[in-house]
Amino acid sequence: MGAIYKKEMRAYFTTPVGYIFLAAMLLISAAVFSYTTLQQATWNTRTYFMAMVFVFVVLVPVLTMKSFSEERRTKTEQMLLTSPVGLPSLVLAKYFAAMTMMAGVLALTAVYYIPFYAHAEPETAILFGDIIALLLVGSAFIAVGLLISSLTENQMTACVLTIVVILVFLVASFGNAYIDVYAVRAVLGWISVFSRFGNFMNGIFDIGATLYYLSITAVAIFLTVRVYEKRRWG
Amino acid sequence: MGKTEMTGRQNIDLSPEAKETAEKSEYMIEVENLVRRFGDKYAVDDISFKVKKGEVVGFLGPNGAGKSTTINVITGFLSSTSGVVRVAGHDVLEEASAAKKMIGYLPEQPPLYIDMTVDEYLNFTYELKNCTYNRKKHLDEICSVTKIADVRGRLIKNLSKGYRQRVGIAQALVGNPPLIILDEPTVGLDPKQIIEVRSLIRALGENHTVLLSTHILSEVQTVCDRIIIINKGKIIADEEKEDIVRVAEEGRTYLAKICGPTREVTNLLRSRQGVLRVERQSERDGEAYTYIIESEPGVDIRKNLFFALAQNNWALVGLEPVGENLEEVFIRLVDRADNRKQSRKERKSVIDNSDLGARN
Repeated sequence: MGAIYKKEMRAYFTTPVGYIFLAAMLLISAAVFSYTTLQQATWNTRTYFMAMVFVFVVLVPVLTMKSFSEERRTKTEQMLLTSPVGLPSLVLAKYFAAMTMMAGVLALTAVYYIPFYAHAEPETAILFGDIIALLLVGSAFIAVGLLISSLTENQMTACVLTIVVILVFLVASFGNAYIDVYAVRAVLGWISVFSRFGNFMNGIFDIGATLYYLSITAVAIFLTVRVYEKRRWG
Repeated sequence: MGKTEMTGRQNIDLSPEAKETAEKSEYMIEVENLVRRFGDKYAVDDISFKVKKGEVVGFLGPNGAGKSTTINVITGFLSSTSGVVRVAGHDVLEEASAAKKMIGYLPEQPPLYIDMTVDEYLNFTYELKNCTYNRKKHLDEICSVTKIADVRGRLIKNLSKGYRQRVGIAQALVGNPPLIILDEPTVGLDPKQIIEVRSLIRALGENHTVLLSTHILSEVQTVCDRIIIINKGKIIADEEKEDIVRVAEEGRTYLAKICGPTREVTNLLRSRQGVLRVERQSERDGEAYTYIIESEPGVDIRKNLFFALAQNNWALVGLEPVGENLEEVFIRLVDRADNRKQSRKERKSVIDNSDLGARN
C-alpha cells in the first residue's frame, strides 16, 4: 500500500496534475476568500466555505479522474492487480494520496486567516470545524471520483461524469421549495451534500453530517473494490 | 487429493528443506479443468496442464486462442469460471497473495509508468512486491542481466521499444520469483532485439521456471523445452519440443543442387518412389541446378535419391531440408484437431440418428 501511495504522490508532482490542482485551488480560494471577507469588511467566513464546496465540484475530478482510468488505459493495472497487494489496499492507497493533496491545499489556505488574527478575534473552533467539514466533503467527493474513474478507460469521461454526479449530490435539495410531496423532499434533503453542510457553518459540529460524509466515502470505496472484483470475475 | 495424502506421508522422513519443497508440490503450475467464459463465449474451455519446476514451456496459439486469458487466470488478474489453478502449490484464489509472490509477470503490453525513470520504476516495483533483499544489489543485478544499466536514469517514455520490453522483463524479475510468465515478449521488436530478448529468456530458463506465450513458432523452437499448443480455448498438443519437430518432418521439402541435364534429372527424380513433386528453379550454382523436391509424409527419400543420381553420374552437390519449422506443424496440428472434432461430431450425429431410428 505504501508503494502505491508513494507512486501516486509522485505522479501528482511529476505530471502537471498536482500543480494544476494546487494552483487552481489556491487561486480560486484566495479570490473567493478576499471577495467574501476582506472586501466585504467582515470576518464571517460562511459564504467562503459555502463557495468552496462548489469549487470542489470542478477541482476534485482533477485529482481523481486519472487514478484508475489511466492505469486501465495504459494496462499498468495488470501490474498492480497481479502484485501481492490486495484490492482494498490498492483503492485505499489512491484515496489517501488524493486526500493528502486535499488536506495539503486546505492547510495552505490557513495563510488566509492570518490577517483575521492580526485585526480581530475570530472563533478558532468554528474555523477549524469548517475546515474539517470541507475535508469531509472533499473525502466524499474524492471517493465518488475514484469510483467513477474505475468505471471508465477515458479520463475525460471520468472527469465530466464526476462533475455531474457530484453536482447532483450537491444540489439535490435545491428544488425542495417547489416540491409539495414531503417524502420526495425528505429523500432529496437526505441525499444532498449541501443541506448537511449548514450546521457546520453555524459553528455546530454535526455528527450526523460527519457520519453521512464518511458513509459516502466508505460506500464509494467499497464499490470501487467491487468494480474491480466484478471485472475480474467477468 | 490422493497426491496430497501421499506427500503428507512422505514428509515424515524428509529433511526440513526437502519437506518444504515437497509440501509446495513438485509442480510450479497446475491447471485443472480451467474454464473461463466471457458472456457466453468460452475463451478457455476446460484445459489442464502441469508445468514442472525448472521447465521452460512455450505456450503457443494463434491470436485469440485463449493464451492471454489462461495466463491472466494464472497470474490472478482474472478469475476462472471454473477449475483450479495452483502456483507452486498455492491456489490462486484461496492463497492469492502467496501465489502472486511466486510469479514475475510481463503482460502483453509492458505495464510501464512512462513518466518514471527506469530506476524509479524498478524501485516502485521493489516496494510493490514487498521485497526484503539488499535493494541496491538486487536491482543492480537485474539491470545487468537485462542489460538496462545504461538507461537507468532515463524516463521510460524516451526509451526505444526494445529497451521498454527489457524494462518490463526486469520488472518481472524483481523479487526473484521462481516462476516467470512472459506474454508475447517479442511482439513489435526488430530482429536484433528479438534475438536479444530470446537469449535473455534462455538465460532465465537456467534457474527459473518460464512460461512463454507466443504465436511465433520459431520462438518456442529456439527457447523452450516443451510446447503446449492451444487453439480456440482447447489444448491441441502438449509435447516435448522434439516430438513436435518430428511431426514437422513428416512430409518434407528439400532443396537439392544437382549437376546434370535438367530434363533427364527432373524425370529421374519424378520416377523415384516417395517423391510427390519436383520443380526446377531458375537459380544456378556453377554447373548445378536447384530443384525443389517434396516427399510423401513419413518417407525418407534422401538415400534413394543419392544412389539413383550417382548411378547416372549426376553429382548431387547439395541437399537441404526447407521449411522445417513449426509454422507448418502448427497449421497441421490445428487442422488435425479441427478434423477430429468434426469427425467426432459427425459420428455423434450418426449415433443420435440411429438412436432415433431404434426408438421409432
